[in-house]
Amino acid sequence: MAKIVVHQNKIEDREAVIKVCPFNALEFEENDELILNAACKMCKICIRRFPEIFEWVEDVAPTVNKDEWRGVTVYIDHIEGDIHPVSFELIGKARKMANKIDHPVQCLIMGNNITKIAEQVLHYGADEVFVYDKPQLHDFRIEPYAAVFEDYINKNKPSIVLVGGTTVGRSLAPRVAARFRTGLTADCTILDIQDNTDLDQIRPAYGGNIMAHIHTPNHRPQFATVRYKIFDAPMRTEEKSGKLTFCDIADEKLKSKITVIEIKKKEKVKSIEDADVIVVAGRAFKKEEDLSMIYELADELGAMVATTRPLIEAGWMDARLQIGLSGRTVKPKLIIACGVSGAIQFVAGMNNSDMIIAINEDPKAQIFNVAHYAIVGDIYEILPALTTQIKEMKKVK
Amino acid sequence: MNITVCIKQVPGTSEVEIDEKTGVMKRDGIDSKMNPYDLYAIETAVRLKEDKNAKVSVITMGPPQAEAVIKEAYMMGADHGCLLTDRKFAGADVLATAYSLSQGITQMGEYDLIICGKMTTDGDTAQVGPEIAEYLNIPHVSNVRKIHEINERSIVVEMNMAESVEIQEVLLPCLITVEKDICQPRLPSFKLKMKTSDRAIPRITFNDLADKNVMHYGLNGSPTQVLKIFPPPANTTNEKWEGDSDKLSKKLADKLHELKYV
Ligand SMILES: Cc1cc2nc3c(=O)[nH]c(=O)nc-3n(C[C@H](O)[C@H](O)[C@H](O)COP(=O)(O)OP(=O)(O)OC[C@H]3O[C@@H](n4cnc5c(N)ncnc54)[C@H](O)[C@@H]3O)c2cc1C
Ligand SMILES: Nc1ncnc2c1ncn2[C@@H]1O[C@H](COP(=O)(O)O)[C@@H](O)[C@H]1O
Repeated sequence: MAKIVVHQNKIEDREAVIKVCPFNALEFEENDELILNAACKMCKICIRRFPEIFEWVEDVAPTVNKDEWRGVTVYIDHIEGDIHPVSFELIGKARKMANKIDHPVQCLIMGNNITKIAEQVLHYGADEVFVYDKPQLHDFRIEPYAAVFEDYINKNKPSIVLVGGTTVGRSLAPRVAARFRTGLTADCTILDIQDNTDLDQIRPAYGGNIMAHIHTPNHRPQFATVRYKIFDAPMRTEEKSGKLTFCDIADEKLKSKITVIEIKKKEKVKSIEDADVIVVAGRAFKKEEDLSMIYELADELGAMVATTRPLIEAGWMDARLQIGLSGRTVKPKLIIACGVSGAIQFVAGMNNSDMIIAINEDPKAQIFNVAHYAIVGDIYEILPALTTQIKEMKKVK
Repeated sequence: MNITVCIKQVPGTSEVEIDEKTGVMKRDGIDSKMNPYDLYAIETAVRLKEDKNAKVSVITMGPPQAEAVIKEAYMMGADHGCLLTDRKFAGADVLATAYSLSQGITQMGEYDLIICGKMTTDGDTAQVGPEIAEYLNIPHVSNVRKIHEINERSIVVEMNMAESVEIQEVLLPCLITVEKDICQPRLPSFKLKMKTSDRAIPRITFNDLADKNVMHYGLNGSPTQVLKIFPPPANTTNEKWEGDSDKLSKKLADKLHELKYV
């Protein structure tokens, strides 16, 4: 394990030293000794700035035999017969990483009467799909699901476990990671693998303003969750590959203190995550009525309308239409941001889109940094004209 | 009924930036605030207190100045608070944070229900709650958007999923993490501020905890290590169009046609 050692005698400008820590973790104790308090995140910024004062000391790490842990496992999230597409995206990522270290790609699926669903997975390139099919697993309840996960890991010892950032995934992954006293990195946006099977995990922190590169060097398995639409799903192949392996688990391990009373369907609205084309209305829209400009354009383009947080807060649109860090992550083929400033919290939810067009009257607007086509102009002039143009073009055809 | 709420102090702004060359984080001032999601957790607890005569305790793990969020919780109606603080907790990742909190919560006494916010705005993981539940060996439900009912034996909650809600009855003690939809948090009350201004904020340190293995706390107890932090990459290709609105809209319409969207 490692720690930061403070060389007290090298401290000159006390103020400057304290200030270097973005987390306010440096403080002088009554005896004038500089210490790192509980706020320390081990970001090592202090070491970089004052290498003479702060030293990184690596003790002997508790070693795990990394060779004993083989495989990249993907948890298959499904609800009422439908596999959540994030699961396929993760299989694609798992395949790429597994090939680099010559490990298999395994999938874990649990539920009740799920053979058919499990077979679906064989069209996406997994080597082996482990199926736990039990009546007690019909609905998601945390204890039985965690127990199955534990059983699977104990028997198969995967090096890496990838879980989609769905409600179930974000509840299940931490529970199981804690059970194995291992690390879990949430909402990774970049994943890669080292030759020694260590997983490179990169994720945004502080509302996307900074990126953190995280390792789990001394523990296995290495857990990561990834949101929907971060990675690309592999194409479905006609033939199946790999095999299903049915697993059993003792009934007493599936006991639960939870009873599912009811599952209510929410009214099904098409979600912006599934849209190929999105038009976004930002705060440049001065009145709620003005939104008709965006709806008309959306109609012509067959697009879905989405928005930024201020418009949600104003109550002009449904919260499910918010893009961004506290909203949804989207990755459409085309997104047109109209009167959006491009705050990092917004951009974090859309900058993986294939084509980004932005209209903003401010030539310095931040959204232009991520836009492929930056259009400097007034939405009140451009949007109606654009809609008319498109209508005309359609008539000509 | 005893309810424990986990709250955290976070930076007052997320507008932090990183200097690409030096890797140093630029921040304006040192202001910090209560994690906004935790306000919903406190409000949920205080409503249960008003309704069911529960006792509400709050706990936070952090540096000494994190006391501020406990004071704020008092002003919203929490009865008791506790600061979990020790140098040995420095550098804690999710696992070590959740473990320390589970030890601290046990130390504070009896609990029937533990409430966490959905996530923090700095760590932003939404994992601490479920991991605490694991260490306390109690069931948990994440993303709770409504409480239907609670009695001595159990609680009935709505778990929010993408396309459905699952209504679960969970035996107590248990842990829930709550979403913003659950309630509207009240503002801190001036009356309670006066009333609680000299209420003690007990501290729990490493030596008070049952598990005294230093390897389970702080950096030692953290399986994940931050190798590096850096600014998000700037995007590349960029064509800028300026000029008369009519021309711009024509040009854009043509572009959309070329891209086969029209
Ligand atoms: C923790 C945290 C999480 C957040 N999460 C999110 C999130 O998930 N999603 C989100 O969207 N925001 C989020 N925000 C808020 C975010 O920081 C911004 O405030 C928000 O995205 C700004 O929205 P906007 O671009 O619509 O509005 P503004 O920032 O007000 O931008 C409006 C833009 O329109 C331009 N404009 C004005 N009039 C015209 C006109 N007539 N024609 C053309 N252009 C015009 C202006 O130049 C300006 O650039 C979050 C903030 C925090 C602190
Ligand atoms: N240091 C802490 N002290 C107390 N509670 C915390 C702490 N960190 C996280 N929590 C709780 O766990 C929830 C989720 O945090 P996170 O996993 O960081 O997103 C928060 O809303 C809090 O309720």
